Amino acid sequence: MSTKRKAYNLLLPIVVYAAAGLTVLLLAGIIGYVLVKGLPNVSISLLTSVPSVIRNVKGILPYILNTLYVVILSVAIVLPLGVGAAVYLNEYAKSHKLIALIEYTTETLAGIPSILYGLVGMLVFNQKLNLGGCLISGSLTLVIMVLPTIIRTTQESLKTVPQSYREGALGLGATKWHIVRTLVLPCSLDGIVSGCILAVGRIVGESAALLFTAGTGKVLASSIAKAYTSSGATLSVALYMTVSEDGDFAVGYAIAAVLMVLVLCLNGLAKLARKKLKRDM
Amino acid sequence: MKKKANVRDLVELVMNGVFFLMGMTAIAFVALITVYMFVSGLPAIAKIGPVDFLLGRTWASTAAQPSYGILPFILTSFFGTLGAVLIGIPVGLLTSVFLSKIASPRMAALVSSAVELLAGIPSVIYGLIGMVVLVPAVASVFGLASGACMLTAILVLAVMILPSIISVSVTALNAVPKEYEEASLALGATKIETYFKVSLPAAKSGIAAGIVLGVGRAMGEAMAIMMVAGNVANMPGLFKSVRFLTTAIASEMSYASGLQRQALFSIALVLFVFIMLLNALLNRILKGGSEDEH
Repeated sequence: MSTKRKAYNLLLPIVVYAAAGLTVLLLAGIIGYVLVKGLPNVSISLLTSVPSVIRNVKGILPYILNTLYVVILSVAIVLPLGVGAAVYLNEYAKSHKLIALIEYTTETLAGIPSILYGLVGMLVFNQKLNLGGCLISGSLTLVIMVLPTIIRTTQESLKTVPQSYREGALGLGATKWHIVRTLVLPCSLDGIVSGCILAVGRIVGESAALLFTAGTGKVLASSIAKAYTSSGATLSVALYMTVSEDGDFAVGYAIAAVLMVLVLCLNGLAKLARKKLKRDM
Repeated sequence: MKKKANVRDLVELVMNGVFFLMGMTAIAFVALITVYMFVSGLPAIAKIGPVDFLLGRTWASTAAQPSYGILPFILTSFFGTLGAVLIGIPVGLLTSVFLSKIASPRMAALVSSAVELLAGIPSVIYGLIGMVVLVPAVASVFGLASGACMLTAILVLAVMILPSIISVSVTALNAVPKEYEEASLALGATKIETYFKVSLPAAKSGIAAGIVLGVGRAMGEAMAIMMVAGNVANMPGLFKSVRFLTTAIASEMSYASGLQRQALFSIALVLFVFIMLLNALLNRILKGGSEDEH
């Protein structure tokens, strides 16, 4: 081997290992930093209080509840919609052109930046439908945003259901809806569940799409109905507001740590769901 | 018996319709977004004039004599994205080669979960870390008064687009036919030479798709950059405080009114058009790639 070739064979693996190491270190650094800086600031009183400048109380309870409300409403709407769309694509649709168009628009939706979702959500839900800046507007905006996630994961898992199952059921005289309901959907539960968890992760982490739709309210609503119809910041939006607008880094770190723990849990849960449900099949 | 069959047929028909409607939602949403983007974005462009708007070098929306030129934002988004991709590609590709070809299954599982998690971290957390770690670091390394500048934004973006580049490239590398690599090895190339001179070129369309995806991510990111780029409407410079297309929208939307507000929607339209072009490009690459293989 020439010296040049020897150097190539010696140096390149080092660079490859370094790059992979860098990727892992970056992640470890980010998680470690956020948890080390943030967890000491997380306390029971912080988690259960409503922030108030006048009474000098720091708290993130409204943000936690708002996040929960937004997640519940968005998922409740997007889950049937996305699973239905995937079932249509995989089981019902016959025109190849139509399938290609739906898949193309799904990819397009996945590529649209969240700030643009925020603007369109503001124009459509806040203004056109006159909902105003509230959690409903925010949740509806997120429905559009996470739809591709649900469609894609469900579709992938529908594709793994063996064709012979469908043919067998069809041969026994089952109708299409019966096959979908009793066979196809149960068999692809793993994809649906992990898609759902992925969607929750995206909703929890989203900020740009919510800033102008759900707003930045800091108060605790008196009832759930009231919460949905009034402006409220989720944890991510609150993190941005406390750090950028208020300059309160102690609370910012605490929110970041809570977010990070949530994201880690969701990630683990998605993995578990994929493994566990697949094995049961 | 007949009645039962009728009910069954009816249910079947209804479900057909329901699934059809659900299938159409993605198309409907894209149509809705496109219409709203154009309807809300075009008036200000018409009023300001497309040339003055797109090529104007000053953005002074709140001045007594307002000026709405978005060239600084366009160029900042362009160079910011370019910088992020230039850093992201080498790290991303090398990591992909590691994941797909070199790593033991256990190592691969570790690194790919790290990549997955990087993708799942909320952008505000990237922003926060950028703000408290990178901004002071950049300031002290380069002797700047403030580290909130384009370079910091580029570094944050480079990390944020890594998962997109890596996950798509790994899929492409895994799909390279084993025979290509075996042939190369049989001809006397070493493993590492095979990976870089045979596998990578063979996976180039998938890798290109990953890069385009990363470009889209970088261009569309708003919150993380808001927190680290300084947000002044300067022409781009590595150490200058800058505004991207996304942050130009986000930083003024909460208080804008009249023509200023309309102009923000026009910026959104420009961003939307860029993203749609990237999507079309991505689709083309992926389609072209699969045709090559068949």
